[in-house]
Amino acid sequence: MRKFMASARLLAGAAAAGTLLSSASAYADQPRPWETAFQAPATDMMRQIEWFGNYTFVFIVVITLLVLVLLAYVILRFRASANPVPSRTSHNTLIEVIWTVGPVIVLLLIAIPSFQLLTAQYTPPEEAKLTVKATGNQWNWDYEYQVDKSFSFNSAILQDGDRAKAGKEDRNLYPRLLAVDNELVVPVNTMTRVLITATDVIHSFAVPSFGIKMDAVPGRTNETWFKAEKEGLYYGQCSQLCGKDHAFMPIAVRVVSDAQFKTWLETAKTDVPAANKALMAEIDGTNKVAAVGN
Amino acid sequence: MAEAAAHDHHDHRPHGWVRWVYSTNHKDIGTLYLIFAIMAGIIGGALSVAIRMELQEPGIQIFSGLAQMVYGMQGDAAIDGGKSMYNAFGAAHGLIMIFFMVMPALIGGFANWMVPIMIGAPDMAFPRMNNISFWLLPPAFLLLLGSMFVPSAPGAFGVGGGWTIYPPLSTSGQPGPAMDLAILSLHIAGASSILGAINFITTIFNMRAPGMTMHKMPLFAWAVLITAFLLLLSLPVLAGAITMLLTDRNFGTAFFVPDQGGDPLLFQHLFWFFGHPEVYILILPGFGIVSHIVSTFSKKPVFGYLGMAYAMVAIGAVGFIVWAHHMYTTGLSLDTQRYFVFATMVIAVPTGVKIFSWIATMWGGSISFKPPMLWALGFIFLFTIGGVTGVQLANAGLDRSLHDTYFVIAHFHYVLSLGAVFAIFAGWYYWFPKMTGYMYSPVIANTHFWVTFVGVNLIFFPQHFLGLAGMPRRTVDYPDAFAGWNMISSYGSYIAAVGVAIFLYGVFEAFQKKRVAGANPWGEGATTLEWQLPSPPPFHQWEQLPKIK
Repeated sequence: MRKFMASARLLAGAAAAGTLLSSASAYADQPRPWETAFQAPATDMMRQIEWFGNYTFVFIVVITLLVLVLLAYVILRFRASANPVPSRTSHNTLIEVIWTVGPVIVLLLIAIPSFQLLTAQYTPPEEAKLTVKATGNQWNWDYEYQVDKSFSFNSAILQDGDRAKAGKEDRNLYPRLLAVDNELVVPVNTMTRVLITATDVIHSFAVPSFGIKMDAVPGRTNETWFKAEKEGLYYGQCSQLCGKDHAFMPIAVRVVSDAQFKTWLETAKTDVPAANKALMAEIDGTNKVAAVGN
Repeated sequence: MAEAAAHDHHDHRPHGWVRWVYSTNHKDIGTLYLIFAIMAGIIGGALSVAIRMELQEPGIQIFSGLAQMVYGMQGDAAIDGGKSMYNAFGAAHGLIMIFFMVMPALIGGFANWMVPIMIGAPDMAFPRMNNISFWLLPPAFLLLLGSMFVPSAPGAFGVGGGWTIYPPLSTSGQPGPAMDLAILSLHIAGASSILGAINFITTIFNMRAPGMTMHKMPLFAWAVLITAFLLLLSLPVLAGAITMLLTDRNFGTAFFVPDQGGDPLLFQHLFWFFGHPEVYILILPGFGIVSHIVSTFSKKPVFGYLGMAYAMVAIGAVGFIVWAHHMYTTGLSLDTQRYFVFATMVIAVPTGVKIFSWIATMWGGSISFKPPMLWALGFIFLFTIGGVTGVQLANAGLDRSLHDTYFVIAHFHYVLSLGAVFAIFAGWYYWFPKMTGYMYSPVIANTHFWVTFVGVNLIFFPQHFLGLAGMPRRTVDYPDAFAGWNMISSYGSYIAAVGVAIFLYGVFEAFQKKRVAGANPWGEGATTLEWQLPSPPPFHQWEQLPKIK
């Protein structure tokens, strides 16, 4: 099954020569050209969702093929020229019981892991070590870090004119419509709780590779959590129609090492742009060292 | 002149515009509904082609230009106006296709035409109410179209909140009159449907010919009866919800205003309590049509008739208790989500019964592949694809990743655009000779089928991939990585648009060539009562009630 999805992705990728891009940006996670499956998981939860998606995919492909084969068979076998005299059969209790009970069994097989997955999403394995509040506005996000000295900053889509100044000219790493001015910065392998609300209309906070999506509803605080496993830059988009610029309020999460996060946090409490600049410089530095090392 | 008047009175047959505007004849009203649905379908389809043109490439291509042309905006205002116009097109496309195309075609059109004939009744129970049911629709449609030309949010025209019109985007988010016009449009269209539903329930319960027991009634009549109950029970809930929306907007109430004690999610619960039965309202009559066609062209009675009828009853009943599966990401509690996952999956069982029974009806048959049968076969396969992705989406844990992405768009277009619409065309080609007396060109009808089949699959199959990759729905622009599949999807929509042109040409050609169809062009398999009447049927049928064995 996984092989099937992988080979489908490979085929499509090769067709579009999209493979170049996907190898170049292993650092970040974002949609890729001609992608036919989920983005690569960056949390254990997304891995579970992907597994369940593939698991149900097996069932639905088998069911669809079964219907297709049956249709093809009756079309060939019982076409008027092949079978001029129709039967008058209109009842068969046994077969009717089978096609009622069969789907029930299939649904049970789907339901058991489905309930496990759903329960896991609402049962965080450990206490959150970091709490961030994401507030949706038309058409940007406010992120509030609920640490000893709370602070918050605004995160909006990166304007093309600001790319040079922000040091975000690499469009593979900072894609159009996904890159933001100030990313949400979180430490790797750390249980992170996200409180989600909105000030004006309903928005939705979604990061596909983390397997999270939660509506930001005015007057209500929703909660979700994630534990990112790999350092990198992860992108999502507002996922509830929120007006004119709905397509233009991306979500970008930068997952960094513990040490990098501590340094960033200290500076960010007083000066977010400076903290981001220092963080980016450090990450670029380590990447370059790694590249030379290769 | 006096003689002529006396003659008119004698055959109860008004002429000219009086015949149509004052009509109390179910067949004439059905024809009006069908013409209305075709016109609305062309408009709604044009909106969707505009959407696909916009999405053919990344960036904003056509809507800033459209805003310039239609609203006279310039520069940055045209870009902003264009973005809002895109949202307005999306909302209008959804509302038009649901309320002004599929429902009028299936319920007002085919059901009005065929249900009285099929059950052996001379007409509908309330002919004058039938008239007003239809004539409420054009003003409702005009209100909705008109809403696209009046302000909504600052610098924007038209309802930009999707067909679901969630507050606060539909209240404080769009203070202009566009939303009020749309709400009134839905009120009127809803009233029209409720009156129609009452008419069908009364007709089917009270006007069946002697011997036509409920369990001998054709499946299309069963489907329409169940649909009518769904309409009657769900539309008042929508009417209540949008009335609250209206008073929140205009009269200072705060049903959905959180800082005054209201709750935006209340609207979503009310909306989907209507909205979920609504999707079965759109598909159940199609189930009925497909059953008749499969049976007719296999020359076999429907397999498992009672199972088929009660599967629809079950789908209709369970359809009322699954609404919050549209709301898994709104912050519902774990137990609530567990319940809705379970209830939603239950629906797959009666739906499976229907699919397998259609195949069993064909099994052992002597199948001829006339155009209606092609559309019905296409329906069965494509509806299956839409159905199985629905089973995936029913799981809240997986829906976390798929909700509000193009995967959902692909899913519901497979069941509605490729399901309900295929059923409409199947019904059209099945009953067109009966309704008009003319036979269409099978070559044109088959071409229409294949072009549409290729087009719609090209549109919607790649959208599964886009959704899996994470592309959110309802966005005027998308990250460049999504460009490939979007381009294919857009090309598909142009092919489907060619299909619509072929359809219209086929209708024109049939009326031009006037090939006489005869009372029963489909042969021994066509056993329901409409095939015992001449084509077209007399102005008043069953003056002598038929006897059902």
